[in-house]
Amino acid sequence: MTLEDIIKETKTYYCLECGKCSSICPISRHNPSYSPRLMLEKALNGFEGDLINDQELFSCLSCYNCLLRCPADVDYPLFMQKVRALASAQGKYGVPAHSGTLQSLMRLMSNPAIEQRRLEWLSDEYRISEKADILFFVGCAPYFESVLDFKTGALDIAKDSLKILNALGIEPMVLADEKCCGHDLLWTGDVKTFRKLAEHNARIIKESGAKKIIFSCPEGYRTFKFDYPHYVDLDCELQHITEFLAENMGKGKLNFKEAKKKVTYQDPCRLGRHLGVYEQPRKLIEAIPGIELTEMEHIRDESICCGTSAWTNCDAYSKQIRTERLLEAKATGAEMLITACPKCQIHFKCAMVSKGEERGPDVEMDVMDIVNLVASALGDNGSE
Amino acid sequence: MNGFNLSRSICTRQLLQTKRRRKITEFEPRIIVFACNWCTYAAADIAGTSRIQYPHNVRIIRVMCSGMIDPIYVLRAFERGADGVIVAGCNYTDCHYIDGPVKCDVMFEKLGKCIHTLGLEDERLRRELISTSEGTIFAKVIKDMVNQLKKLGPSPFRKKVKS
Repeated sequence: MTLEDIIKETKTYYCLECGKCSSICPISRHNPSYSPRLMLEKALNGFEGDLINDQELFSCLSCYNCLLRCPADVDYPLFMQKVRALASAQGKYGVPAHSGTLQSLMRLMSNPAIEQRRLEWLSDEYRISEKADILFFVGCAPYFESVLDFKTGALDIAKDSLKILNALGIEPMVLADEKCCGHDLLWTGDVKTFRKLAEHNARIIKESGAKKIIFSCPEGYRTFKFDYPHYVDLDCELQHITEFLAENMGKGKLNFKEAKKKVTYQDPCRLGRHLGVYEQPRKLIEAIPGIELTEMEHIRDESICCGTSAWTNCDAYSKQIRTERLLEAKATGAEMLITACPKCQIHFKCAMVSKGEERGPDVEMDVMDIVNLVASALGDNGSE
Repeated sequence: MNGFNLSRSICTRQLLQTKRRRKITEFEPRIIVFACNWCTYAAADIAGTSRIQYPHNVRIIRVMCSGMIDPIYVLRAFERGADGVIVAGCNYTDCHYIDGPVKCDVMFEKLGKCIHTLGLEDERLRRELISTSEGTIFAKVIKDMVNQLKKLGPSPFRKKVKS
C-alpha cells in the first residue's frame, strides 16, 4: 500500500485544514512538536520521507478524539495505523515502552509451534466448560503480571470476570491456546505478525464452535470487531463484559451487598469513543447499592485518554496526560477511580509509582477495574 | 576487495566446509551467555587460558553488569533462535556496582514466568553466579547446559528461523 492509497482510503484529501484535530489532541496539548494536522499536511503535499521519519509518528494514541471532531470525516487514527505499517516496512519503529518486551512476547506468541501455559491461574474456584456457546477471551493478562514491575491487577480482571459469569450461571469456554489479539502490533505497524495472530485466533475460535465472545479488555474487543473483518473471516457475536452484564443483570441472580463508596468512572478510549459503550458501565456501577458515582469534568466522548497506546512512545508527555487525568479524578472527591480497560489501570498505576515522589499524595488514588468492583460487591448468594 | 573482507570470506568458506564435512546429524544446541564483565567473562577467560575444554555451543555476550540485562535481550535471543540462554554474573558480595545481582534476580524471576507462560521449558533459561577465578565452574555449567538442551531438543522458535 502506498501513501496515495492510504490518503484515498482514509479520505485525507477532504482535510479542511481547520486544525480541530490538533486542538483536541491530548498529545498536542502537552507536546508542541506533535500535530495531527501537520501530519496530514505532510502526506497531502507528498512529503512521504518527512512523514515516515518523523519521530512523533508513533506518538498518536488513536484515542479517536480527532475523528469525532473532524468536520470532514478524515479517519486520522486509521491513517496513522496505515502510515505506521508503511514506516515499519522501511525499518522505522517508535520507541517501544518496556524496551519492547511486550512486542517481543507477541511476536514469539505468533509462532505456531509453541504450546502456551496461559491458564495456570485457573483454579477450581472458577467453573469453565469444555464446550459452550459463550467464550471468554482472556487476552494478554497472564503476561502483564510477569512483565511489569508493579502489581498490575490484570489477572484479577480475568478471574473476577469468570467469577461474575459463574454467578450468573454461565460456564464459559476459555481457550488454552488463544493468542494475543494483535492490537498493539497492528498499531505499531507489524501487520505481518498481526495477520498470523488473527488467523490463529479465528481458526481456534471457529473450531471451538463459540457463538458469542465476551471480552474484559476493550482493545481486544475493538480489534475483533473492526480490524479482524479486514484480515480474517469470523462470524461471532462480540460483547464487552459490561455490555453483557448490563443486559443480563436483571435476568440472572446477581445479588449485590451494600458497599459504601464514592467512585468516578474513566471512559477508556477504545470502549467509549471507538465502540460507543458509555451507558452500560455506568448502569452497572449504579446498580450496586451504596456506590455513588460522581463524574469528572471530561466524560464520555470528551474523556481524556490514559496517555499511551500500543506500548509505544510512552514519554514525559504521556505522564503529564495521566497526571492531569488523575488530578481531575481526585478533584471529584471520589475515593476510587473505576476503569474498564486493563491498560488504563496499568498506566494510571504506573503514573502513581513514578510520580509519587514528585507529586506525593496529589495523584495517589485507588484504581480498580469495573469487573473487580462488581465482583467485590457480589453477595453470598450471588457466588453460589 | 580489501584484506578484511577477504579474510572474512575465507573464514565463512572454512566454516561452511567444516559444516559440510561434519554433516551435522546430532542436534547441536545454540546457547547465548550474557556474562558480566567483571566476573563471569573473566571466568570464561580463565577457562580459556588454563585450557579447560568445554563445548563450542556457546556465544558469550559481554555486558558490564548482570544488573543491566533487560528481559528484551533474552527474549530477542529466543526470537532469533537460541536454544538456551544463561544469565551469569558476580556473586552477591562481589558486584562492582554493589547490587547488580539483586537487580538481575528480580528481572530473572519475572522473565522466568514469561518464558514459562509462553510454553518454553524452564530449563532453557538459567541464572548462574560465577566468580572471577571459577573457570572450571564456567566450563562445568556450559557442559551441563549443553547436555540438558540435547535432551530437550531444539527450541520451537529455532525451527521458525530455519524454515
